[in-house]
Amino acid sequence: MIKTFKKGGVHPSENKLSQTAALEQLPPEGVVKIFLSQHTGAPAECVVAKGDRVKTGQLIAKATGFVSANVHSSVSGTVLGIEETADYQGIKKPAICIQVEGDDWDESIDRSTEINRDLSKSAEEIKAKIAETGLVGLGGAMFPMHVKLTVPEGKTAKILIINGTECEPYLTSDHRVMLEKGEELLIGVQLLKKAITVDKACIGIETNKPDAIAHLKQLVKNYDGIEIVSLKPKYPQGSEKQLIKAITGLEVPDRALPIETGCIVSNVGSAFAVYEAVQKNKPLVENSVTITGKKLKKQKNVIVRVGTPLSKLIQAIDGMPADTGKIISGGPMMGRAISNLDAPTLKGSSAVLFMTEKESKRGIKSECIRCAKCVDACPMGLQPFLLYKLAQRNMLDELKENAVHACIECGCCLFTCPANLPLVDYIKLGKTRTR
Amino acid sequence: MSSTILTTILMLGILAIGLAVVLYIVAQKFKVVEDARIDEVENLLPGANCGGCGSTGCRAFAELVVKSDDISPLFCPVGGNETMAKIAEMLGKKVEAKEPVIAVVRCSGSCENRPRTNEFDGAVSCAVMAATYSGDTDCSFGCLGKGDCVVACEFDAIHINPETLLPEIDETKCTACGACVKACPKLLVELRKKGPKNRRIYVSCMNKDKGPVARKECKTACIACAICRKNCEFEAITIETNLAYIDADKCRLCRKCVDTCPMGSIKEVNFPPRKKDTEI
Repeated sequence: MIKTFKKGGVHPSENKLSQTAALEQLPPEGVVKIFLSQHTGAPAECVVAKGDRVKTGQLIAKATGFVSANVHSSVSGTVLGIEETADYQGIKKPAICIQVEGDDWDESIDRSTEINRDLSKSAEEIKAKIAETGLVGLGGAMFPMHVKLTVPEGKTAKILIINGTECEPYLTSDHRVMLEKGEELLIGVQLLKKAITVDKACIGIETNKPDAIAHLKQLVKNYDGIEIVSLKPKYPQGSEKQLIKAITGLEVPDRALPIETGCIVSNVGSAFAVYEAVQKNKPLVENSVTITGKKLKKQKNVIVRVGTPLSKLIQAIDGMPADTGKIISGGPMMGRAISNLDAPTLKGSSAVLFMTEKESKRGIKSECIRCAKCVDACPMGLQPFLLYKLAQRNMLDELKENAVHACIECGCCLFTCPANLPLVDYIKLGKTRTR
Repeated sequence: MSSTILTTILMLGILAIGLAVVLYIVAQKFKVVEDARIDEVENLLPGANCGGCGSTGCRAFAELVVKSDDISPLFCPVGGNETMAKIAEMLGKKVEAKEPVIAVVRCSGSCENRPRTNEFDGAVSCAVMAATYSGDTDCSFGCLGKGDCVVACEFDAIHINPETLLPEIDETKCTACGACVKACPKLLVELRKKGPKNRRIYVSCMNKDKGPVARKECKTACIACAICRKNCEFEAITIETNLAYIDADKCRLCRKCVDTCPMGSIKEVNFPPRKKDTEI
């Protein structure tokens, strides 16, 4: 039976234009800018100085505290210093700037393409390696991976869930990883299972990727305790709570972490990164990014070094199409519009989406007609129209009573709203104000 | 037939009298004795219910004024010194006259000075915009121009100029209630002393970026060059996090800072036009 989550959700047109484009490397050049804070938690502390020569994969900033992550140089070259650099949203944050000179990797990193199937490392060793290599969840929130894998005392993990849904329209980088790096991905899943000592892992994949399902089902025969679960395409299935509901039928309680249900969720990109970190000693210095859009001549899935400026990605697809109205980092549902073309990519960047002028415009706003479409669409069972009004009037107590904190900002309400109200805009504001 | 009518009238009459007695007893028992002065004070107040005094409305403020022994920290910005003096006289309490203040917008980033680099397509609200990203120009400190201050103003005293896209304050209407100060997510509005003859000088910029960066972002940004501080004879100017600030208590309105500011980010208000080559 094909599973899915029950409450709410929408199914926007998929537009997986780049799904046939094989992953390709984007060679580093020019200057890369690597943010000290590209994870949830405390920013890392810089350990290199201006003028230092660094190699690819060398540690350049150290984690400060438990909820923080190491940052490594994604290129080899000379450190130009720490500069206040504007990110995608134009907000200035400190970043280490490195002038690229050749591509000289750190000797400890195994760069061969040979698959390392050795699973003898202990749970502690695996976790230590993951923390050392600065892995963060690549699903979007960029939460430090070693924190996620640390099961709180008194709780036990029973099942590892791997998110291969890629429910956002347009995005295909995870799909390509599943097709091209299937074997490595499964070894990564085995390592993760070992790290949190569970016997079972489920990889949830939506049925709009039949080739990935077939490919992984073939490969999984050689690995114990991994199940491929077919899921009905529905957004936001990739969200932690919805994915747990879809695969296990369990509901994560309000204000609780997924571990309450015995689940730990990670995504396929992260599992592949775990393989590279543990088996090849390779830090998180590059990740796969989809470059797509309806008017693009070339659709691409590229492996990009962390800190590459966006303008370099635009060069890779031979320039921006003439009638681009909006550029989005991430998918069209949850991604955020980019206001600064020189901003560098992050560890967790998943896509750059070019929308045409027509697509990018929001519809004309009118009044709420109380149709409750947003209530039907909300996967968290909230009342978006009400939260919207409360946030507009800054009624914080009422917002708290109506569980504004539970909103996952998926955008289903805005997607279905016939009056084109900026629901998520205000609900997000309400969330930050009640925090 | 007539007896039925009579009985009905009689019954209802008795019932009415009975209930009236009950109501009277209840009214006496639960009577709330309120200080009559609260009503009188409320009548003296402007009745705008703007919340500028810090209370939830004029009634709440009136209660507070009547209850407090020392009313000097309480002030109704809308009514001003005149109203406060009347209230004090009525209650027999003391009040000191406060220097009148008025709202000023500390941003000069008009379209000309600060070109728009992108367009915001979300909800028409400065708060939403500020929570989303740095703004539609390179300067991340300046006015966002979506008019949260205009919506907040109960007195119709602040409007966005369609040419500069900056808010402008109508001095005749502004009551210094402070609603716009709270509404602005970029903290651009400040309540400043009205000054003698309504003349005042202030730094019309909130850019805290370093000089060279700020200069690129806006043509009238404060670059913290400290020329104003050097020229000020009254030590009224301080520079903190790359931004100059004029202390209105120390400023003697000599306008030297206005003349010497290389970026033109210091503004003078209500001064007569300058005579050439003569000191004013």
